[in-house]
Amino acid sequence: MLDDFFTRAMIAGVGVALTAGPLGCFVVWRRMAYFGDTMAHSALLGVALSLFFEVNLLLSVFGVAVLVSGLLLLLQRRQSLSADALLGILSHSALAIGLVLVAFMTWVRIDLIAFLFGDILAVTPSDIALIWGGGIVVVAALAFLWRPLIASTVSEDVAEAEGMRPAQAKLFFMLLMALVIAIAMKIVGIMLITSLLIIPAATARRFSASPEWMAVFASLIGAAAVVGGLFGSLTYDTPSGPSIVVAALLLFIMSLLPAFGRKTNERATNQGVRG
Amino acid sequence: MLMRNRADLPLGDHAKDAAKLVSLSNAGIFRDNRWLVRGVDLSIARGEVVTLIGPNGAGKSTTAKMAIGVLKADEGTVTRSSDLRIGYVPQKLSIDWTMPLSVRRLMRLTSSISDQDTMAALEATGIAHLADAEVRHLSGGEFQRALLARALARKPDLLVLDEPVQGVDFAGEAALYDLIRKIRTTTGCGILMISHDLHMVMAGTDTVICLNGHICCRGTPEVVSQSSDYAKLFGANGRALAVYSHNHDHTHLPDGRVQHRDGSITDHCHPEDGHHHEPAAGHDHHHHHDGDHGHHHHGEGKPHA
Repeated sequence: MLDDFFTRAMIAGVGVALTAGPLGCFVVWRRMAYFGDTMAHSALLGVALSLFFEVNLLLSVFGVAVLVSGLLLLLQRRQSLSADALLGILSHSALAIGLVLVAFMTWVRIDLIAFLFGDILAVTPSDIALIWGGGIVVVAALAFLWRPLIASTVSEDVAEAEGMRPAQAKLFFMLLMALVIAIAMKIVGIMLITSLLIIPAATARRFSASPEWMAVFASLIGAAAVVGGLFGSLTYDTPSGPSIVVAALLLFIMSLLPAFGRKTNERATNQGVRG
Repeated sequence: MLMRNRADLPLGDHAKDAAKLVSLSNAGIFRDNRWLVRGVDLSIARGEVVTLIGPNGAGKSTTAKMAIGVLKADEGTVTRSSDLRIGYVPQKLSIDWTMPLSVRRLMRLTSSISDQDTMAALEATGIAHLADAEVRHLSGGEFQRALLARALARKPDLLVLDEPVQGVDFAGEAALYDLIRKIRTTTGCGILMISHDLHMVMAGTDTVICLNGHICCRGTPEVVSQSSDYAKLFGANGRALAVYSHNHDHTHLPDGRVQHRDGSITDHCHPEDGHHHEPAAGHDHHHHHDGDHGHHHHGEGKPHA
């Protein structure tokens, strides 16, 4: 079964989507979309460094993503620039430095497009093992950290006061993000990782009655996007990574249609809405 | 040292340190090149209600956050009893609407709470009928009740309430203060409360602490209301400190019906009903209170429509 490249792509893609679902929910809830994007962009720097120092690609990408997120938190604490501007600077600088470094290394030839937009059809059985192994680690860690993470997303002060250690939870969350980016890079590529985190989570919002259900639905919607995107890519001969994102987008648009969505108790119409 | 005008009043009769849930000694927070609050000495024992009052920016929330460990004191010491279980109602809480959160789910935010305890806390705060409503659809007052219920359901040793009745209507305010007092008596927890009204503290408060970057004066509500420091700082327009307590002879139920003191339930108030708070003699806002605080008052003495 694993002999077929299309099947391998499917298994790998679904694995990434299932992992990205719950993590993506936190990215949405914590308004960290741009943050995730910055970490993803820094992955190219990780690729360049891995080639230069001849170290493991995954480790290098993971390390650089962790470093960039740490740097970001440090700079944010100094509050000399808005978080928004800092993210813009780091995001594009990391990407640009990565591209420049790769250009300097005339002795290596890499398929930049594959790194930027993913090469899911070239997935090997060992990649699949990595994706599912890493995915299980990430999901298990999230389940373990679930209460502190949810509590500190709602209020860091309440979480801290009531013994949840929000700073520690945040640190672990950054590590998990970096890990998922390192794993997912090969599948959807650096430029599109954030979309696989955010679009399924945003789509799941309308159907979900609780944070837990939203995480589950985000995983399932992401998996559906991978399946749909890959079949679309096969049928129309389009690049697979972008096709998956387009499929996710189509699901998101469908979720906005009035016929879908959970019936909620729309009390907001006759009572003051709390902003 | 900056100007410190700590009152010479003793710290109270509870000076046995062993029984203290939390004590702050000369504690202060320094941010952005200035002291937000400094030289704070206070402690809370089991069953004690301490109320912080003071103008905006006086450091009330900062002091509370320092007491519960959300902010680390930059000078002085803060000691909490070991395994102190805190229930915290923050002044502000903005939940991103993208997180689907029902009231029932909010209750389990930081600890596992049984369904029974959840419903008991929601009933106590009068929002049991909203258990399955989404938090983002609650009104300000309902949200405040949900936050209070959440803190209660944890069965805390120390309840920290930062303006717990903000946005709650007048009748609801009285009911919530009644509830907070009852919790203190039944569970024996300590309560640190921040009043949203400079001139009002909950009845049953043991110690009032007036803050304005430092502790201006402290004592029982009676002592503070007569303190010259209080009068100098907050006593403009002849307004003194009032103790909030009142009786109401009927309660508006969530479904719009009215329950009377004798337990009977009718669709509307009786014309002969008193007010949600009793006028004149029964009205317990002490000390030449001029009735002009920002709450929604029914006209005193006029029949209730």
